[in-house]
Amino acid sequence: MADILEIKNVSKTYNADGDSPVKALDGVDLNIAEGEFVSIIGPSGCGKSTLFNIIGGLIDDHDGEVLIDGHEVDGAHKDVGVVFQEESTFPWRSTLDNVAFPLEIEGIDKAEREETARKFIKLVGLEGFENHFPAQLSGGMKQRTAVARTLAYEPRIMLMDEPFGALDEQTRMLLGDKMLEIWAALNQTMLLITHNITEAVQLSDRVVVMSYRPGIIKEIIPIELPRPRTSEVIATAEFGTYVGKLWTLLREEASRGMAEAEASIAAT
Amino acid sequence: MTRLHKVPVIVGLFGLLACAVLLELAVNFGWVMEIIVPRPTDTVLSFPSLQEDMDLVGNFFVTLGMTAAATALALLIGLPFGYFLYRREAYGVAYEGWLAAAFSTPIVLLYPLFLVIFGRNHMTLIVMGCIPGAIPIAIQTRQGLLGVSKTLLNVGRSFNVSERDMFRKIMLPSAVPTIFTGIRIGVMYTLVNIVAIEYLIDFGGLGRIVSQMYDNFSIPETYAAIVAVILVSTFFYWGFGRVEKWLRPV
Ligand SMILES: Nc1ncnc2c1ncn2[C@@H]1O[C@H](COP(=O)(O)OP(=O)(O)O)[C@@H](O)[C@H]1O
Ligand SMILES: [Mg+2]
Repeated sequence: MADILEIKNVSKTYNADGDSPVKALDGVDLNIAEGEFVSIIGPSGCGKSTLFNIIGGLIDDHDGEVLIDGHEVDGAHKDVGVVFQEESTFPWRSTLDNVAFPLEIEGIDKAEREETARKFIKLVGLEGFENHFPAQLSGGMKQRTAVARTLAYEPRIMLMDEPFGALDEQTRMLLGDKMLEIWAALNQTMLLITHNITEAVQLSDRVVVMSYRPGIIKEIIPIELPRPRTSEVIATAEFGTYVGKLWTLLREEASRGMAEAEASIAAT
Repeated sequence: MTRLHKVPVIVGLFGLLACAVLLELAVNFGWVMEIIVPRPTDTVLSFPSLQEDMDLVGNFFVTLGMTAAATALALLIGLPFGYFLYRREAYGVAYEGWLAAAFSTPIVLLYPLFLVIFGRNHMTLIVMGCIPGAIPIAIQTRQGLLGVSKTLLNVGRSFNVSERDMFRKIMLPSAVPTIFTGIRIGVMYTLVNIVAIEYLIDFGGLGRIVSQMYDNFSIPETYAAIVAVILVSTFFYWGFGRVEKWLRPV
């Protein structure tokens, strides 16, 4: 299949005034095929969110280019839907109005946008909570609301930055299954950023391992586990082999990240 | 009204009644001097004569109207000015401290100056009432807009939201609770200033009644007029609460 997304030699340096510049990404190259499920994994601070913001068109001043269908992206693109790491539902809107938000922006009339929103609410398993407000929902439900809202935008590429990072392990595995169902139903391209090895192996066709500072792609591991998959795959021996392989790659990066973070705390 | 709304209202009224009963007893037992604090029943009983002699209800609406006009003017100045201070960061940083300082200044003491400029009329009341009201509105508008979550703004950008919708559908609803804190503080300061100036220049509504009754040693009537001021304040507090709920239900 043709590549829907190409990331070409992308670099980004943050120039915080006063501090020395931080090279967050250094020459990242990555191609993603239409319909593929790819995870990007790396330790905290390795530049994952930076890459997410660049692909999502939320950071403009970077080097290199991001192409969709071979065309350079400038700013937020209709084909890319993003789900943020942080809490991002609108607290003053019900689940239904949150999910209908992108449709409201597009000027679609109320009856139609609510019908579409209900469809995606059902898809993420939030049926019955249409009239609840975010404050009445659990963390996992709020993130699913955010996922449904982005799905309602009907992007071809779903770009998610640790969407379940703040949730407990069991909830996260179950939501992983949910994501696989959604992916199977909608045939979208999924690009998931995570720091969780199990999640990456459970869901992906390929796992991209990033190194710590400067953020570069260290290795890309294809996951050849059979599809359709559910979280039950976690019990298999091959799964364990992939997890072990990824941990070997990440261990070194993670300890380097931890040592640097601790050194910077000691320096203050 | 739902049960959840009824309970606090009932508890509140019950507390008020209990305080009145205690005060009544305190005056009856001589623990509180009657010429300083009247019996609550005497205060209530003085309402008809106060209405007859001083047109209490009419003056209630004079003070209410003056406060409404001054608050409208305070909103008209405070909201855009707060927005300006938010948009132009340098001005915002430069003026915030000055505004806070001006807010803690008893501007009411400048009343002779305003009398000279506007004369002894309603204009003085409205202008002097609106100044202390506009300041917290401007400060809180800026704070509210500054406090809009960066992530929510990015959600808007990711959906290609226009500048107009960004403001209407994301920034404003985010900032409403903070802005309304400013409005509530503002309207209370506006009312306090208007009543104080009415009292000082013996002109206008309830403040003038308080002043005249006080000078006559008509203590229950003085308190009755103060109760009417409290009712004006309650009205605005309740009214802006409703507007806020309407703009942002949760
Ligand atoms: N706005 C910013 N200004 C300065 N430095 C930043 C900014 N955002 C991120 N960084 C730095 O860039 C590096 C990568 O950050 P980030 O992309 O958030 O990593 P991750 O998502 O993998 O944890 C970190 O060292 C972080 O401190
Ligand atoms: Mg991150």
